[in-house]
Formats: sequence, C-alpha cells, structure tokens
Amino acid sequence: MKLVIGIVRPEKANDVLEALYRAEVRGVSMSRVQGHGGELDRVETYRGTTVKMGLADKVRFEVAVSDDFVQPTIDALCEGARTGEVGDGKIFVVALEQAVRIRTGETDHGAVTPVGK
Amino acid sequence: MPAGVDTGDTAWMLAATALVLLMTPALGLFYAGLVREKNTLNTFMMCVAALAVATVMWALIGYSIAFDGDGSIIGGLNHAFLNDVTFEPRDGTTIPHLLFMAFQATFCIITTALVSGAVVERMRFGPFLVFAALWSVLVYAVLAHWAFGGGWLQEQGTLDFAGGVPVEMGSGFSALAAALVVRARKDYGRQALLPHNAVYCLLGAGLLWFGWFGFNGGSGFSAGNASVLAFTNTLLTPACTLVVWFALDLIRGRQVTAIGAATAIIVGCVAITPAGGFIGPGWAMVLGALAALPSYAVIVWRPRTRVDETLDVLAAHGVAGFVGILFIGLAANAGWNGVADGLFYGDAAQLGEQAIAAVAAPVYAFAMTFAILRGIALFTPLRGSEHDEAVGMDVVHHGEEAYASGEGAILITPEADAEREDLVADPA
Repeated sequence: MKLVIGIVRPEKANDVLEALYRAEVRGVSMSRVQGHGGELDRVETYRGTTVKMGLADKVRFEVAVSDDFVQPTIDALCEGARTGEVGDGKIFVVALEQAVRIRTGETDHGAVTPVGK
Repeated sequence: MPAGVDTGDTAWMLAATALVLLMTPALGLFYAGLVREKNTLNTFMMCVAALAVATVMWALIGYSIAFDGDGSIIGGLNHAFLNDVTFEPRDGTTIPHLLFMAFQATFCIITTALVSGAVVERMRFGPFLVFAALWSVLVYAVLAHWAFGGGWLQEQGTLDFAGGVPVEMGSGFSALAAALVVRARKDYGRQALLPHNAVYCLLGAGLLWFGWFGFNGGSGFSAGNASVLAFTNTLLTPACTLVVWFALDLIRGRQVTAIGAATAIIVGCVAITPAGGFIGPGWAMVLGALAALPSYAVIVWRPRTRVDETLDVLAAHGVAGFVGILFIGLAANAGWNGVADGLFYGDAAQLGEQAIAAVAAPVYAFAMTFAILRGIALFTPLRGSEHDEAVGMDVVHHGEEAYASGEGAILITPEADAEREDLVADPA
C-alpha cells in the first residue's frame, strides 16, 4: 500500500484525471500548490516593478493505492502530465501505514484503490 | 458658437459621447468574466486595444471613409486626417462637426472590441492589433457609410437608428468569420471551459446598459424627440428581454442564471439599437420579448457545434441586431418618428428595405473579415502554440497575471543584475 504523490502543471490536471480514470484508479485528491523545480523563472512587470516569479502554480495529486496499482498510477500520471518541457513535475511514492474508509470502517487494502475488489 | 450649433444639443452629445466610450471597458469587464482566469487580462486588453488602434485609424482615415460625401459604397478622403472637421455644424445636425466625429468614433471603438469575443483565449495579441486596425476601416467604416453616411442602404431607405447594420450585424457576422479562420481553442469540446467571474459579467453588462443610453439616446444628435424616444426604449426593451430570458432559463433548467441575465441585458440593448428612435414604447417592449427567443436558441445550440465563437457575439449581436433591423420594417410609426411607417402602419415596402440591409450587412461583414484574417495569416501566425494556450495569454503576451499574489516573486531592483543565474536552478 503506497501513497503516490504527483505534482504536475495545472493545465495538465484534466489530462491526468482522464488518464487516472482510464487506468481505473479511483479515489484521488487534488490541491493547488506553488513550487519550484528547476524551470526558468518567468519575469513579470507591473509598472516600475519587475519581478522574477520563482514559484510556479502546480497541482498536487495524492492517490492511495494497493501495491498492484502503484505502477499503473505512476504511468497514468506520467502520461497525463508530460509535455517534455522543464517543469512537468515530479512523482513521489511513499509507504503508507494505514488507511481507513470512514463510511464503512474498512481498513488498509479494503480502503484504497482498487475499489470493491 | 458658430451659427447653426445648438448649445443644448451639444451639451447632451458631449455627455453621450463619454457614455459610449465607457462601454468599451465595460465590454472588457463583461468579456473578462466570461473567460478562464489565465486569460483575463488578455481578453480585457483586446478591448483596450480597440480604444487605441480603432481611435487612431478613425481619425486618420476611417471617419472620412464613413462620413465624407455620399458615394454609394464608400465615402471620400476629404476628411482624412480630420481635414475640415471643425466647430462648424455637421450638415443635417445642430452640433459641431468635431463632436459628431468624436461621437461616431466611440461607435467604431466598441464595435471593433466586440469582434474580439470570437477569438479570445487563443489569438496572438500582435496580429489582433493589426486586425483591429484593418477591420475598423475596411468593415466598420464601410458599413457605417452604407447605413449612416449617405451610402446605398441609407439611400434606398433602410432605417437604422443607432447601428444595427455596422455595429450589431457588422460585429456579429464578423465574429463568426473570425472564429472560423482562427479556429477553436485546443481544449474546446474536450474540457469544460467555464466563465471565471460571473460578477464581472453582471457589472460589465450593467455598465454597458448605462452607456447604451448615450449610444441610442445620442443617435438623434440632439436633445429632441427622437433621442428621448430612443433613450426611453433603451430602458424598456432590455427589461422585457430580461423577463423573457428568465422564463426561458426556468423552462430549460429550472434556475435563472446570472450569466444568462447579463447576456439578456445585452441582447435587449442590441435589439433596440437600430429601432430605438423609430418605434413606439409599446412595440419596443414587444421587440424586447421577441428578441430573446432567437438569441437564446443560438446560444444554446452554438456550443454543440464545432464553431468556437467563444463569447457568442453572433448570438448576442448578430442575431439580435438582425431582429431589430427587421422589426423596424414592421413597427415603425411616423406618429412617433416623423419619418416612416412600417408594415403595421401601412407601408409594407419598408420591410423590404430593412430586409435588404439584413442580408447585405452580414454578407459583407463575413466576407471582408474572412479576407482580412486570411491576409494577416499569410504574414504571421494568428495563434500561439498549444503550450502558450495552456499557460494562458496573460503571461505569454503581457507578462502579467490578473490575480498575481506576489508569493515567490523575487524583486529585481535596477541595481541587481536581472540575469543572475544563481537564482535559477540548472534546468538540465
């Protein structure tokens, strides 16, 4: 059981959701974050003030999956999020100690993707 | 004051000109609310661009093409560079020629801005500036000449009070052509592309309505009866459109929508634009109710097609302008306007004269806009890459964000080297 964290471009968020859905990964949360990961800074000018935008908007997906679903989830994230340009994002996979589905009290494998298997 | 200038008329027209100018930033607000967050500024800036280039082109040549002489297709060049546009009254009016020119300029600006609604979220800003400059002369000024400047439509008897031909049908059918040439946004039909701020839309529509009192109320070029009638009709017609739009929304989705309401205000104002000074208040209310139906139908139908006419300029302006122009042929009443009757008051020929305009203006606007954009595309691409479109036009074309937070922004002081590499991790 792992937690797969994918940080991707906001404009690719819809493509990632689509790819995850096709990979039959159910149960995902998503949040807007700001990050910096090596892409060139964007320069913006507001009247006399010029700034380098060091942080870019990103979207962070968190998907808790059973071990069998780790690779499909990673593949889906890559497929949906890749443009080939710097700034496509990162995927982190971390071990997950416990998961509980609040509605039923199911734990661990019963509580994460795949649903109902 | 030179002889023939009326101070009361001039006072009202000074105010009306300012009212119409406000409509362009109001339209910017309305349009900006309808697009996604990342394109807010670019969308607004297309309207600001019209304030810049359409005004300059109008002074240089557009005004002359529209209002010099009475050639049947285009005007002359005697007023190019505002030559001989002075304090003397414009023929047929009691206001200074200079003020007449300024009032008409604000129409050219708002109309040029209207067309941008078809190409937002994808067209590059540079080519849009070129397009706006050419369009304001080749389409707007020509149609304005046909309808107002002594051109063939006016000569053959078409009635157009405040711009059903050049403004509403001109922009609406040009928008359709522009959408076809520039083509759909990359996400169109694949993702939900939602308005990001409905409050902007309502505020923009409210300010447009406010400005429209100058637009229609000023198109009599006086503080006389025609202006009072058009002014009052500008209150009544959109109100009726709103009521009917509410009903249509309720029937279709059981909820009255805010963006629908903002749209209805514009549809109503558009419909009364050509007819304002020609029909009585009762018929103006009927027109408001009627005009809601075809525009509503087109707005519901259009997104199911592959035509990404993004902000529905065709439905709101082209279709409602078409309805308004034809309605004059039915309900014009010499008892109110002192000029001509329509079918209901015994002159069926007027309807024919209106119908000619309702065919000619859309055909010309569509064809010329198509040609202008295809012409520009020979020299430079009209739209950016998919990557640019994904990032958003604001950052790509303007280097600004509408809702910049400043988080993570590093100030570049004049002393600091803007190219300091140590702030940037090596992308390789």
